[in-house]
Amino acid sequence: MTDTPLRVDGVFKKFRKGELYDSLRDLVPALGKRLFRGPAPSTLSAREFWALQDVSFDVRRGEAFGIIGSNGAGKSTILKLITGIMRPTRGTIQVRGRMSALIEVSAGFHPDLTGRENIYLNGTILGMTRAEIRQRFDAIVAFSELEAFLDTPVKRYSSGMFARLGFSVAAHVEPEILIVDEVLSVGDYLFQQKCLERMNQIMAGDSTIIFVSHNLRAVAALCQRSLLLDHGRVLQVGPTNETIKAYLTRGNQGRAVTPDSDIHITKVSLGPRNSSRVTFETDEFLEITVEATARTPHEDMSVVIQIVDDNQYNVFDTCTQRLGAGPLALDAGETLTSTFRVQLRLAEGTYHINAFLHRYVTNRPFDRYLSAATFFVAGTPTVRGVAHLVPALIHCETTIGAGVPA
Amino acid sequence: MHRSVAQLVAKRDLLYTLTWREIRIKYKQSVMGMLWAILMPAVIVSAGVVVRIGFSMLSGRPLETGDLASVSVRAVPWAFFVSSIRFATSSLTANASLVTKIYLPREVFPIAAMLSQLVDFAVASLVLVVVLTVLHVGVDVQLLWLPVFVLILVVLTTGLCIVLSAASLFFRDVKYLVEVILTFAIFFTPVFYEVRMFGHWAPVLMLNPVAPLLEGITDVVVRHAPPSLPWMGYSALCAAGILAGAVAIFHGLEPYFAESV
Repeated sequence: MTDTPLRVDGVFKKFRKGELYDSLRDLVPALGKRLFRGPAPSTLSAREFWALQDVSFDVRRGEAFGIIGSNGAGKSTILKLITGIMRPTRGTIQVRGRMSALIEVSAGFHPDLTGRENIYLNGTILGMTRAEIRQRFDAIVAFSELEAFLDTPVKRYSSGMFARLGFSVAAHVEPEILIVDEVLSVGDYLFQQKCLERMNQIMAGDSTIIFVSHNLRAVAALCQRSLLLDHGRVLQVGPTNETIKAYLTRGNQGRAVTPDSDIHITKVSLGPRNSSRVTFETDEFLEITVEATARTPHEDMSVVIQIVDDNQYNVFDTCTQRLGAGPLALDAGETLTSTFRVQLRLAEGTYHINAFLHRYVTNRPFDRYLSAATFFVAGTPTVRGVAHLVPALIHCETTIGAGVPA
Repeated sequence: MHRSVAQLVAKRDLLYTLTWREIRIKYKQSVMGMLWAILMPAVIVSAGVVVRIGFSMLSGRPLETGDLASVSVRAVPWAFFVSSIRFATSSLTANASLVTKIYLPREVFPIAAMLSQLVDFAVASLVLVVVLTVLHVGVDVQLLWLPVFVLILVVLTTGLCIVLSAASLFFRDVKYLVEVILTFAIFFTPVFYEVRMFGHWAPVLMLNPVAPLLEGITDVVVRHAPPSLPWMGYSALCAAGILAGAVAIFHGLEPYFAESV
């Protein structure tokens, strides 16, 4: 028994933009090359690009391993390589043990077949034998809560029912390596909770989990170690909180100054000063510093900060004007620094900061810097929901008899 | 080849459910139900009878029940061959979402397509047994050759199904090409006629690897005569060669399926 069920070593993956082949004249030599020669060369031709470059990591038995990164960083590509759907252009991937992927859990469904029939169909597609499905059938049905619709063709299911049935089948494969990609966005809140519980249960059974998600909080909660991908390269592998910090602070490095803009927000940083913390507790104070420079004189300005949640909903905003500062002015070459302090009366979650330079009166922005910084509020069991409304219990007692008819 | 057989054995349940899915879907919400299994052979037999009546009118030789039996015995395996290939050619593109989203040994798709037609073949064969009994075609020891011919036919069909499904994934017009060839292939294959009608040109027609199979099946089932072993061997070699080549090509191209579909 080895301790690394998954080893990815020096993997490159090349894709081609546009149509694969223009004509038969392109294709026949290309196919011949693929069939009879070794791996494709490591150079890029005109319309090719690297989706992954020199990606190496290994995952230990029994651990939950996270993969994070922005859209287009190569997360899905690496999963397709691990599951064997695609093969790397160069490098090797070694998988030991039965693998199951919670990606596209309903891909195996056929709309004309009933729920019952689809459980067998999808189950074997996801790697179970019919005997295993028969044995776990009741558990799958109970998990999906679709007992009443088992003999209905799944084309009549709602999309939520469809996804629930898919997840229920996939969750009962009992793999040694489980790959999860953003599936938790299916179903209602209660079903999502159930899925998380099931994943924890699978982990308790000595399985290895590879978890790919944009939901950093879920990654932090589930994974001990994580990998940060950026434009197909590995930026960091290590303990999840450090990887997440690297991911978030990467966005805080400031952005390149666009030379043609006359006035510009150069930096948005989180304080207290000289700290690189990104995780805060509910009720803690957070300092947000916005710096801006101008190349030509500007006046009548205010600085606006906005805290938004993961779905870009405005949680809170404030500005220098509302906090009592008058119109701000900047001469050519000057730098404006404004520091705000807020108390984080927020529930657990991921929050982003947008910063704006507004005209004092008209609200038309000179410049804006969206998602300039990101921070987490760590969970406290007593604060649930969205905001911390500082509750207190004023009255609580039991009375006998009053108001109850005899 | 060895590896792929081992993989298929390991995935036999998958093969089973996929085959069962094809059959189930075909018979769900359909007017004809199981009659579908005998529709195509029945149509081929009718066409064959018309052609045979034409032959007998030209030659002045009366139509015999043996001719009818011969056409029926050829029509059933031919229907299996044609519909397997037609169905399997589009099996990978029809399952594109599975090819690009879930890892499976992809041979299961063309093979399941072939197997579902094999079930129809079995149903049609049962009906054929009834027809042959009515025509007073008896039983003979030569019938022991029949399983060998069926096996060669299945191997040959599987090979073509595998390679054509992969080709059709890269080029969508392969499907139409196959369609055209299958429509006219019946004229190049001894289904309506028998190769001996062509005299010393008969061996040319026998080069088509399906021809010795249909001739051999007619020999052992209708004429109760021993089959031509050299031609049977030729077909078997072709079938084995096509299957081996098909599996090699399929595996060579498989890494590019998900990117090319």
